[in-house]
Amino acid sequence: MKNFWRHRLFWPAAALVALVTINAIARPTFLKITMQDGELYGALIDILRNSATLMLVALGMTIVIATRGIDLSVGAVMAVSGAVALTIIDGSPDPGGVGTVLVAVAFALLVSLVLGAWNGFLVSALGIQPIVATLVLMLAGRGVALLITGGFITTVNSDPLSFIASGYLTVLPFAFFISVAAIATLAVVERRTALGVLTEAVGINPEASRLAGVRSRGIIWGAYMVSGVLAGLAGVIYASNIKAADANAAGFLIELYAILAVVLGGTSLAGGKFSIAGTVIGVLIIQTLDSTILFLGVPSAQSPVFFAFVVVAVVVLQSPRTRNALRALGGSMSRGGPTVSRTEAEVAR
Amino acid sequence: MSATMTHPVAVERPTSKYQSFLSRRAGMMPTFAAVAILAVLLACAEAFLRGDFLSPGNISALLLDNAYLLILAVGMTFVILTAGIDLSVGSVMAFTGILGAQLLASGVPAWLAVVVMLAGGAVIGLLIGVLVQYFSVQPFIASLAGLFLARGLAYVVSLSSIKVEDPAILWLQTNRIRLGDWYITPTGIIALLAVAVAAFALHLTRFGRTIYAIGGNEQSARLMGLEVARTKVSAYVISGFCGGLSGLVLTAYSGAGYPRNGIGTELDAIAAVVIGGTLLIGGRGYVLGSLVGVFVYGTIKTIISFMGAEQSWMQIIIGSLLLLVIVVQRAIVARSERRR
Repeated sequence: MKNFWRHRLFWPAAALVALVTINAIARPTFLKITMQDGELYGALIDILRNSATLMLVALGMTIVIATRGIDLSVGAVMAVSGAVALTIIDGSPDPGGVGTVLVAVAFALLVSLVLGAWNGFLVSALGIQPIVATLVLMLAGRGVALLITGGFITTVNSDPLSFIASGYLTVLPFAFFISVAAIATLAVVERRTALGVLTEAVGINPEASRLAGVRSRGIIWGAYMVSGVLAGLAGVIYASNIKAADANAAGFLIELYAILAVVLGGTSLAGGKFSIAGTVIGVLIIQTLDSTILFLGVPSAQSPVFFAFVVVAVVVLQSPRTRNALRALGGSMSRGGPTVSRTEAEVAR
Repeated sequence: MSATMTHPVAVERPTSKYQSFLSRRAGMMPTFAAVAILAVLLACAEAFLRGDFLSPGNISALLLDNAYLLILAVGMTFVILTAGIDLSVGSVMAFTGILGAQLLASGVPAWLAVVVMLAGGAVIGLLIGVLVQYFSVQPFIASLAGLFLARGLAYVVSLSSIKVEDPAILWLQTNRIRLGDWYITPTGIIALLAVAVAAFALHLTRFGRTIYAIGGNEQSARLMGLEVARTKVSAYVISGFCGGLSGLVLTAYSGAGYPRNGIGTELDAIAAVVIGGTLLIGGRGYVLGSLVGVFVYGTIKTIISFMGAEQSWMQIIIGSLLLLVIVVQRAIVARSERRR
């Protein structure tokens, strides 16, 4: 039981459960899921579907942050990827063909992979700070996307394309399956092989891990490529959702929400230990909060105020100062064991 | 034999003097590079565009059009010198701008509105600074909270733009002090004053030297007994204050407050500071470099609109320039690390 409370996912999960409970009490329709023509509908299903883009981006961001990096360019990569995919579909003789869409998506993902590799090159080969290295693409990427679409918002009518975001596979939205597939793949690759441990080693101490024989350069490079591809996929889903490539609006501010999701999930921005499950919970918290704010009738433009309070509350709760104060409070009431101070020391690091 | 021994030393003297200047002043090199970039840009613009690019009117307009960015870059320089970053400035500018416009529209006297704008910016800066210093939050995340807060509050104040009709505020922009073909508006004077005050504070006061010391090595600065905590929080307060000042200047410039102003402007400000030769690892850089960086930014923008090219090129060119500058900076840092 004690371990249950101390588990690092306890607080994020509790926050999510609390948020869902508040919603369920405030609006009874929140938990209601209806079946229509063999497809499920409801507020919860919407959250699962709409979270797909943020989920993909945040997963990539988790891996990058674990290597002590950060990827600010994900929004720009989304814009480029959407622009590439829709320009190909728009220019093809058969925009409604499944083959056309597959080729377009494959090409968009390839471009995203190249963009991710570019970030990785700047960070791992040239040794530039991640925040600056990815800032370059963040600034230039949207310009590139605008050039690809010729400065317009490319719109296409293609059924296979819209299926990616709004279609249903059996009873659940297809976009949800995409995020589940991404989570599963990443979890297997990172946690069932040594890669996850090596990634954490690089994040905890790059120099020591290099001396211990970890090929940190390749691992860091790979992390940015993963982030690029996932952002590219998110860009395709976004474009498919609005059936258009909007170089300015695609992935706008998503890098900040993705970083927020990662931090909410308990992964430290200082690199090292990361939690994929934590990121998943973080994304669901953000998406549920978004849905709550919308339900409250607050204009969506004002929602950043809520997120500001969430960020402040989370970082203040996680800060060593607050934890020490809480521990002093708890210690005066019941004797805390030595194990507590060890975990606190880890957090303080 | 002894002659051949001493000979190379005598020859090398001038080079070593030059090299010792290079190594001692390595931190200045990026700023010199920024000046060179600006000179090349201006020369190219003069040569390939209409030929009257370097007219007094154009140069004056350059300051006028970028006064708001210059003020933001000045505040950002303080924060970056302490090895921090402030993502909130663009949103703070929008928030204080719309707040000021709303206050003026509801009949608050202009001086009070200005005070509230400046204080509003400084308070958001204070919030970020306290989070960074006392709660050990990374500057990136703390200022991200500031960004969300300021942007959301801007929309809370008003969802649409508010026109400003107060003569005192509009005077800041419309009053042109002429000197031949040159002219300057009070907004331009405010921006240049901000640069002058910042340069004075950074180079000639204990506070400024402490800023550099924190950026160089925070631990050492603390062990030396410097006021690290207070100085670091002050850097963010200054940046927030500059955000408020910039909101005032932009409101005067555009004659209205608009909650969507300044989206992405924090990146422009960071880019200008970095292009101006301030290293993001902190401790090295000059506020005059940021002035040059803003002029580089403004010149590129003007050239692009002169050429009638698409604005998307602006983002690509700024991005490429940023890349060039950071690669050069990286090489300089790597060199000085090797020497050590």
